[in-house]
Amino acid sequence: MVKRGSSTFLLSMLCFGMAFLYVPMFLLIVYSFNNSKIVPVWGGFSTRWYKVLFESEEVWNALALSVKIALVNASFATLLGTLAGLALVRFGSFRGRTLFGGMVSAPLVMPEVITGLSLLMLFITLKEFVGWPDKRGFATITIAHITFSMAYVAVIIQSRLTGMGTTLEEAAQDLGARPLRVLVDITLPLLAPGMLAGWLLAFTLSLDDLVIASFVTGPGSNTLPMLIYSRVRLGLRPDINALATIIIVTVMFAVAIAGWIMMRQQKQKEREMQLATTGDAQ
Amino acid sequence: MTVSGEILDQHWLDSRARPFIHIRGVTKQFGGFTAVNNVDLDIYQGELFCLLGGSGCGKTTLLRMLAGFETPTSGVISIDGVDMNDVPPYERPVNMMFQSYALFPHMNVENNVAYGLKRDGLSKEEIRLRVGEMLAMVELSDFSKRKPHQLSGGQKQRVALARSLVKRPKVLLLDEPLGALDKRLREQTQFELMNIQDRLGVTFVVVTHDQEEAMTLSTRIAVMDAGQFVQVGTPTEIYEYPATRRVADFIGSINMFEGRVTENDADHVVVDSTDNALRFFMDHGASVSDGSRVWVAVRPEKIRLSRTPPPNEANQIEGVVQDIGYLGNVSIYRVRLESGMIVEVTVPNQTRPRDGKHAAGWEDRVFLDWEASSAILLTR
Repeated sequence: MVKRGSSTFLLSMLCFGMAFLYVPMFLLIVYSFNNSKIVPVWGGFSTRWYKVLFESEEVWNALALSVKIALVNASFATLLGTLAGLALVRFGSFRGRTLFGGMVSAPLVMPEVITGLSLLMLFITLKEFVGWPDKRGFATITIAHITFSMAYVAVIIQSRLTGMGTTLEEAAQDLGARPLRVLVDITLPLLAPGMLAGWLLAFTLSLDDLVIASFVTGPGSNTLPMLIYSRVRLGLRPDINALATIIIVTVMFAVAIAGWIMMRQQKQKEREMQLATTGDAQ
Repeated sequence: MTVSGEILDQHWLDSRARPFIHIRGVTKQFGGFTAVNNVDLDIYQGELFCLLGGSGCGKTTLLRMLAGFETPTSGVISIDGVDMNDVPPYERPVNMMFQSYALFPHMNVENNVAYGLKRDGLSKEEIRLRVGEMLAMVELSDFSKRKPHQLSGGQKQRVALARSLVKRPKVLLLDEPLGALDKRLREQTQFELMNIQDRLGVTFVVVTHDQEEAMTLSTRIAVMDAGQFVQVGTPTEIYEYPATRRVADFIGSINMFEGRVTENDADHVVVDSTDNALRFFMDHGASVSDGSRVWVAVRPEKIRLSRTPPPNEANQIEGVVQDIGYLGNVSIYRVRLESGMIVEVTVPNQTRPRDGKHAAGWEDRVFLDWEASSAILLTR
């Protein structure tokens, strides 16, 4: 009886937890198909808000800007973050290593508001003295995003490098590879999964960001999160519900595909392992 | 093998021979810790030299200094007459086989083996030829397209060996080469290694903590402790004439009796034991003074065990069998002396024990004795 009691308890906790996580999203999806213009009042099923959404040039522009920023940001952040990680883990103790390490990871703990504000100050000062950037928008948001997402990439790369150990790089050196060759042939290929993870994280961070982007943007440049926020500030809107639904579905598909790929790789690995063990018997 | 042939092989006995690896006064410190402390060593061409010691004795650090991954804090290492101190790892005429094999996981067997040759800028044809040759030698020709994770431990080990030999290095460094293999594979691989070494004539320097491995593989062994060599010699020398109690204890098992020298002549030494009323007789002189504290050490297999008192009076002990370990080929008897000390004796099972009966049973009174030439006199 004890067992049954505890399993009922666990089951109800699970249901409660799941409900807590997913009921809001479920509501959002349901209300995106609401025919009524007033969000909380159900007016029958309709897809008219999706039509409104796709016809809105503003939404398309915001989406394009967001994706563009995210792509450029992810690529630069991966490059710089990888270099920073390599410098911190592989180059021993150079002068100012501790300071550099601290500075690289500072954006992780800095409140976003502070990061945004300080970057805004930077851009204003730059404009004063260099005359650039004369207009804030794509460039400034991208630079701002790189500064903080690079830190995340550096952390991922650092942990992967530490876990990898130096033996493989030493083995390559022992076989006659000069340091740069070792980097290209051994270190970077082995870092590739970490770099991919870093790239994806940087991409998502950039797509998600509202606070920093709001600080450093200029007139006319709205990212998708900024657009959603600015519209909802004036009251709940059904077309935004539709937009959110599209985002949720996209993310769900992306996660499912990533999971499927990972599962397939795992299966293939198992098959190969099996092949190796039967190979022994030969 | 003829006597002259033996001397030719044993370069270290030839005062004119030029050492191939020359280590002088090498010290390595990590912060305040001294891993290798002022060691001197000469290794000759074609040797299979073992650095033997427990973990943290500095053997791996010394190997890494030979490979160039660590630079000595002080001292000189030269290989084939060239000072190595300023030569980076990728320009040294040595290759290393790593403990965990360190195969490149993203390259297949063929590319792993070819990697070193590609760095040397050899032609594609030559690389293909030499890789094929090497894979054939380690019997992995059928596995050339496999990735390392598709190989078993023994196969990985052979790929690692092929990869480190394909560049025809002057010296091959092996870091615990057989550590990750199971016992059977290990014995087989030991002999394979020796064959390959014999055929290619490459100088091998092996690091190991396994004394059996060191005994079977090497031409000479250096026993290391706390960053220094305790003894350097052939396996026979190290086993039969250990320099210190530590070495005697580390290599094989040994019975040790503490005592004082009571008679000391050119042709014999007599030692009275301290805590047993025993007297030991050795038929060789030793440079010890009367009354000095010494240890008489006897290997278990050099002790005879009998149930009746043996004819010769010297080196005789009486005791009671406390334990018998039957290993098949030999039995290990643990005999308790009156003083409570336990003496280990190995008895070969020359005949089959009848009805499960052994040469002596539990709690039997037995006599132990050994030849006057069998015991070792240790002063430290």
